[in-house]
Amino acid sequence: MNAPAPKASITALPETLFAVPGMRCAGCISKIETGLTQVPGIAAARVNFTAKRVAISHLPETTVPEIQRAIAALGFESQPLGDELAGLSDQSSRELLKAMAVAGFAMMNIMLLSVSVWSGASGGTKDLFHWLSALIALPTVAYSGRPFFRSAWAALKNRRTNMDVPISIGVALTTALSLHETFVSGPHAYFDGVVMLLFFLLTGRWLDSVMRDRARDGVSALLKHKAAGALVLAEDGTSEWVNADALKPGMVMLIAAGERLAADGIVTKGRSQFDLSLLTGESVPVQVAPDDIVHAGTLNVDAPVEIRITAAGAATALADIARLMEDAGQSKSRYVRIADRAARYYAPAVHTLALLSFAGWMLAGAGWHQSLLIAVAVLIITCPCALGLAVPAAQIVTAGALMKKGILVKDGSALERLAEVDRALFDKTGTLTLGRPELVDRDALPASVKPIALALARASRHPLSQALRRALEADGVAAADISDIREIAGQGVEAFYGSERVRLERPDARSAGASLAVQFRQGDAPAIILTFEDAMRPDAQSALQQLQALGIESGIVSGDRAEAVQPVARELGLTAQTGMHPQDKLDTISRLSAAGQKVLMIGDGLNDGPALAAGHASLAPASASDAGQNAADAVFMGDSLAPVAIAVRAARATQRIVRQNFLLAIGYNVIAVPMAIMGMVTPLIAALAMSGSSVIVVANALRLKGAAK
Amino acid sequence: MTGILILIPIALGLGLLGLGAFFWSLRSGQFDDLDGAALRILIEDEGPTDD
Repeated sequence: MNAPAPKASITALPETLFAVPGMRCAGCISKIETGLTQVPGIAAARVNFTAKRVAISHLPETTVPEIQRAIAALGFESQPLGDELAGLSDQSSRELLKAMAVAGFAMMNIMLLSVSVWSGASGGTKDLFHWLSALIALPTVAYSGRPFFRSAWAALKNRRTNMDVPISIGVALTTALSLHETFVSGPHAYFDGVVMLLFFLLTGRWLDSVMRDRARDGVSALLKHKAAGALVLAEDGTSEWVNADALKPGMVMLIAAGERLAADGIVTKGRSQFDLSLLTGESVPVQVAPDDIVHAGTLNVDAPVEIRITAAGAATALADIARLMEDAGQSKSRYVRIADRAARYYAPAVHTLALLSFAGWMLAGAGWHQSLLIAVAVLIITCPCALGLAVPAAQIVTAGALMKKGILVKDGSALERLAEVDRALFDKTGTLTLGRPELVDRDALPASVKPIALALARASRHPLSQALRRALEADGVAAADISDIREIAGQGVEAFYGSERVRLERPDARSAGASLAVQFRQGDAPAIILTFEDAMRPDAQSALQQLQALGIESGIVSGDRAEAVQPVARELGLTAQTGMHPQDKLDTISRLSAAGQKVLMIGDGLNDGPALAAGHASLAPASASDAGQNAADAVFMGDSLAPVAIAVRAARATQRIVRQNFLLAIGYNVIAVPMAIMGMVTPLIAALAMSGSSVIVVANALRLKGAAK
Repeated sequence: MTGILILIPIALGLGLLGLGAFFWSLRSGQFDDLDGAALRILIEDEGPTDD
């Protein structure tokens, strides 16, 4: 039998959510669920595979790091998720889905009754059917119409108008008039039209919302690069752990190798190398010595140091970047989506038209009842069914196609903005390049010593050792047996192979060109220098050519030194700006935007965060820092840079289809509106026209299935 | 005419039943993890079965 999902029924225990992105198969689910329940202190574990999350209920005394270790022991990386992230994501789509289900149910049943009326039911039967329809429709409109009424009210309060204003007015007026018709046993009631309209529009809204949720689940939204705290040295020489929010200027932190800083400060004791990639994007670790200034979020790679705190919490450089990012993101939230832009012209036109036909028929002497009936028919016919459905349908089909290619688009407006870009700015480290050192010459080491080098490389967590290990393991080298392994801080690893001393260490002479290098030394034999470089992403060249073909000019904005950027820029034939701080990148983007260009920012680091938030559209690789992924409109998986061009092309194809759909909607109105104004539209015709136009725009949107090429 | 009086409540009742079932499944979390549900069927049920 299949394994039933265990229910976390013990509600009294605290529950913590963890993101586990590494889950890929059925085996992972059972491994995590059964594995964790065997850990003492954990009562139940429940995997949500779609969201790649585990909900763990545990004893109050079991701490988060303990659970993380337990998950790591099962072979999965995990991140605790805050409560605020957990619940909120699916709430709005669930509400919309419920409203849609109710509208769907009501639509089917009212249609059943309406068809009987259209096919000739008369007299008492017709009145009974109209009353029944009213009985179903009124609660449905009250329940399913809420999303539209609420949004229309919010817009009106701010003296603006959006798509929901004509919808709400149309729905309310039509319902009221149909109710009146039912009272006086008139010939036509439009309950079916109202409910059908709500159903189609809710389908569009729901699709839009599902798309946002899916991307949000895929991209975890955590600023995890800031350390949770630090070991603080007291006056009397003892040390104790202090949480990040309790750190104060003047305290002295003890930072071990491999730890991230939780606050800004000045080095007081010790020498080490710091990985500043989070702030500057530069991949080569930087030497620090006493009196050097270091920043929160940077990683100590080499040796333990003592640091006196100068700024903590909201005063750190890291927090500054977060603030810049927040400010920069506001310009993006001012972007008006295409459907709302269309509604700006559409809504007044529809209202004027309905009003004019009412006035016209009144003048023609048709009586207020007949005139109102015609005005409502005009409202129903022109209601933006196609508009409300056309845009989200096209966007979700494209988003699905892009997702299959490993590109996660965050929402529909991202696709719209992506289609408009005409300038691309790339970060270098981690974006144009892979952001990790790769061994340049795999044959520099003789085959005989490769196993020894692998054994040494495995003993160290230094980025270059890790790169060497990856390269050798990829070649299928088996590690040799070495003994007395010793890591000498700031120097390298040393061990004995038999009776001979072997070392993997920093090269003796450091030349500027080969700053990414280690040397391997066996006994007294001459040292073998191994150089590494940050390799270019595959397809970088072709992706840039494709962007060029799309009319998008590319450039590099990098926080790295000019010497490091130059080779990349030359190889790709791009202009480059170097040594830029987050604020500089932001300024570059504002300058280009002021000149009327729509900038696509592609970056990965936290230092790109503000620029990603400020760009008209932005992309980040999945290897990016969380802040980068969070700020970007879309995230692409894998090493290749090809998705950048794919995403832009797919976005433009979507925009084409959306425009076609608008044209279709206008064409349909050109035929249907005169009929409505002439008073020839019965509920039957309205129902046919509405469902017909919706089916056509959805079918047109489905053509985007192959858009991600 | 009497047929209608019986048939219409039946039709509406069936529809409501479907709607109720959908709301129930939504509330009991059957739509929470669609991809996971597809995979759970492949997991061997280990340990003693108590039913």
